[in-house]
Amino acid sequence: MNIQFSQESMSEINRVIGHFPPIRKKSALLPVLHIVQKESGWLSPEVMDKVAEILEIKPIEVYEVATFYSMYHTKPVGKHVIEVCQTGPCMICGADKTIAYIETKLGIKVGETTADGLFTLKTVECLGACGYAPMFQIGEQYYENLTEEKIDDIIRQLSSNANNI
Amino acid sequence: MGRKLLLENIEKPDIHTIDGYIKYGGYRSLDKVLKGMSPDEVTEEVKTSGLRGRGGAGFSTGLKWTFIDKSTDKPRYLLCNADESEPGTFKDRLLMEKNPHLLIEGMILSSYALGCHTAYIYIRGEYMFILRILERAIQEAYAKGFLGQNINGSGYNLDLYVHPGAGAYICGEETALIESLEGKRGNPRIKPPFPAVSGLWDCPTIVNNVESIAAVVPIIMMGGAEYAKIGIGRSTGTKLISASGNINNPGVYEIEMGVPVEEFIYSDEYCGGIKGGLDIKACVPGGSSVPILPKSLLFKESNGSPRLMTYESLSEGGFQTGSMLGSGGFIVYDEQQCIVRNTWNFARFYHHESCGQCSPCREGTGWMERVLHNIEYGHGKEEDIDLLWDIQRRIEGNTICPLGDAAAWPVAAAIRHFRHEFEYHVKYPHRVKDADHVYQPEMKYQTV
Repeated sequence: MNIQFSQESMSEINRVIGHFPPIRKKSALLPVLHIVQKESGWLSPEVMDKVAEILEIKPIEVYEVATFYSMYHTKPVGKHVIEVCQTGPCMICGADKTIAYIETKLGIKVGETTADGLFTLKTVECLGACGYAPMFQIGEQYYENLTEEKIDDIIRQLSSNANNI
Repeated sequence: MGRKLLLENIEKPDIHTIDGYIKYGGYRSLDKVLKGMSPDEVTEEVKTSGLRGRGGAGFSTGLKWTFIDKSTDKPRYLLCNADESEPGTFKDRLLMEKNPHLLIEGMILSSYALGCHTAYIYIRGEYMFILRILERAIQEAYAKGFLGQNINGSGYNLDLYVHPGAGAYICGEETALIESLEGKRGNPRIKPPFPAVSGLWDCPTIVNNVESIAAVVPIIMMGGAEYAKIGIGRSTGTKLISASGNINNPGVYEIEMGVPVEEFIYSDEYCGGIKGGLDIKACVPGGSSVPILPKSLLFKESNGSPRLMTYESLSEGGFQTGSMLGSGGFIVYDEQQCIVRNTWNFARFYHHESCGQCSPCREGTGWMERVLHNIEYGHGKEEDIDLLWDIQRRIEGNTICPLGDAAAWPVAAAIRHFRHEFEYHVKYPHRVKDADHVYQPEMKYQTV
């Protein structure tokens, strides 16, 4: 399969490659994976091979990085990945209840995706929002000081946006 | 009210723009430094200030700078460590989100002192929204001629870039950060050689925390000697403390070093006391890695004098009765919190974040997590407590990087100070199975 990234992604990729000396192209790997994951939703082997080609490195160099860092999805995920912080400071401020509430609301367990492919629920370690717990991240957005009402609103909003498309 | 050097203008609505930042006195240090001081004079000011690394290690920033290898023709690099991932720590985030130009100004001064012409801010991938704020601010700085070629007509050149990580606590360790910036897994390197000699692409490299670099700006503006007058003893200047847990006012506070711990917790100026009028049980004063302190050791040093928010006072008594200032990630636990559960939670964190290079850490963190999980969920045996002690003892000091120590210390301190809670869990498994644990997930690993 011949993968082509969008022009927008390619110009972003070239911009971050430009942050490094020409012989250090590999240094751009982490940001490039973020860019292509944003476009493709997840990092399939084909996507990773294409990245290797662009950065002039071996595919294994991409795979070993993609599997090391927790933000990269090497399996398909839902349109919105809800990443709930479960580490200490969040836990003592109710993260467990937040996770249970979302599980019940969406009818899925941690690690699963809703049948309509809209939401994946994931637990993550400390996101640096300890003072604003409980919290989760969806895409680039932090949602903090969560309550059940807030969670309802967020999920409702993301669901209706999806229906409009 | 303590003096504010880093957060002074943080509430100004336009402080994130370059015009706003300049209006409140920003970028005034550039001419002073680039046209009036030699790089060594800048380093000397920072040494005089007594500034110690704000990421957690507390090593003299100025002294670290003097280690950079000047004997080679290779380019030198300054890397800003914005990987802030230590549980309980969220201070750098506030600085970068609200006042990005302070960090950029600090990067220019520090790069000049080190003789760097390229610098990177390595920011954790989850802070992508802050990366965008920083990139916008950097663009503004280029447009004003504060970055790029011939800065302010001084003849000094500097290019500054922001680079995202992708979710790995270990990349806050400086050699792992370098590996990651080279596009690899975040596996720490064996030291020596230290980065100051052989770092990014084998070139001399200095890695400094966001807060340390930001502090260089007030140090240059007020002079190192003046900065050193703030604080107590070898804990000079101000420190950002991110307070979380069961307190009334969680958030980020800039304190003059030396505020009593008791005042910090109970004063309305800071944490505002324990939520719901409950009593305090314990506190982790410097991020999840540092030893937890029970109430009985928290407010007083062993000689009875008040315990203060300084490097020395928080560590007074060593690990027997003290802890560490660390990153300033200040987590407060009320009387209803379960120490076993918290220790299990932290053990899971370190297991998840271990890079896997060293067997004591790779195997030990997972082992501790499993034993703690068993105890927490009512399947523990009495001998498990000694087993835990034994495992943590064999991890500490036996790994390439400090993650092993960071995983061992919280377990050791919890057993040292709260052994009775572990014994209770083992003795009354049916009680802990039901009580206080509203949600009882099975052991979870990320499957996504």
